[in-house]
Amino acid sequence: MRWFWIDRFEKFIATQEAVAVKNVTLSDEPLDGYLPGLPHYPHTLIIEGMAQTGGILLSQIDEFRSKVVLAKVGKAEFQRPAYPGDQLRLTATLVNRQPDGGIVEGRVEVNGEHQADLNLTFAILDDSFGKESFFLPADFCRVLRSLRLFDVGIYPDGSPIAIPDHMLEAEREAIQALERAVLPS
Amino acid sequence: MPTTEEVFEKVKEALVDALGVEDDEVTPDATMVGDLGAESIDFLDIVFKLEKAFGINIPREELFPDDILTNSQYVDNGKVNAEGIAELKKRLPWADLSKFEQNPRVQDFGNLLTVKDLCSYVENKLNTQ
Repeated sequence: MRWFWIDRFEKFIATQEAVAVKNVTLSDEPLDGYLPGLPHYPHTLIIEGMAQTGGILLSQIDEFRSKVVLAKVGKAEFQRPAYPGDQLRLTATLVNRQPDGGIVEGRVEVNGEHQADLNLTFAILDDSFGKESFFLPADFCRVLRSLRLFDVGIYPDGSPIAIPDHMLEAEREAIQALERAVLPS
Repeated sequence: MPTTEEVFEKVKEALVDALGVEDDEVTPDATMVGDLGAESIDFLDIVFKLEKAFGINIPREELFPDDILTNSQYVDNGKVNAEGIAELKKRLPWADLSKFEQNPRVQDFGNLLTVKDLCSYVENKLNTQ
């Protein structure tokens, strides 16, 4: 099972705000088994979706190099459940950023109706947790492309967010490695 | 300018909110780490809440002098030396370092900060703004 709890970004303003949507469907594996007979989207996964939205907003600042982890859920208040067929709209606002972390305030709407308020604190791990990134840059780049971040992402001055060079380089290397593996020399 | 009581009330509110502790646990002498259970990531949240509540800017090194505690000039065998203590006093004039001075182990520094210290820091900050 893939651990994606947002479907795509609709808005992404570097260092400020990201808006992602998640379409809830009965074919999402956790829905049917979470509370049999009343399939609804677990609130914990809404928190995870906001963590993905806010975490990517924070990690974009250094071109997705830093190791950002959700460290604390300061607030999670839910007004109503989300059911199969609903669309969640998750807005993450970066309200504070420090060298070792950041704070995101999140608001969730379901079909335009207020659904949840969240406050999440992220830690940025230093090299004592290992020098390697959590994700291979080529894989992470593919995920960000799938989430359409580079289609909608802009800087506060309105200029587009380009795919970072280190990710493009990693993609090129991955493609070359694949070609070497499958094409006759 | 808020009174000492008003500063304490706002600091208490920030700590209750950030740490999920009860109102009556936040006493002036409670230590942030030992008594209130603050972990390193909580300080990010606490600093943010204090900045918002008092309209002040809190540079990290003013509350957490990590640069002093990790500088070999100021630390000998895991203990802060006299020069380091002098530097800490200069950096943290609002903190009561008397207990720490008796056995200034670097590893104990994290548990030094009390609610009263935090209030003194905020008051000091408000006075010098």
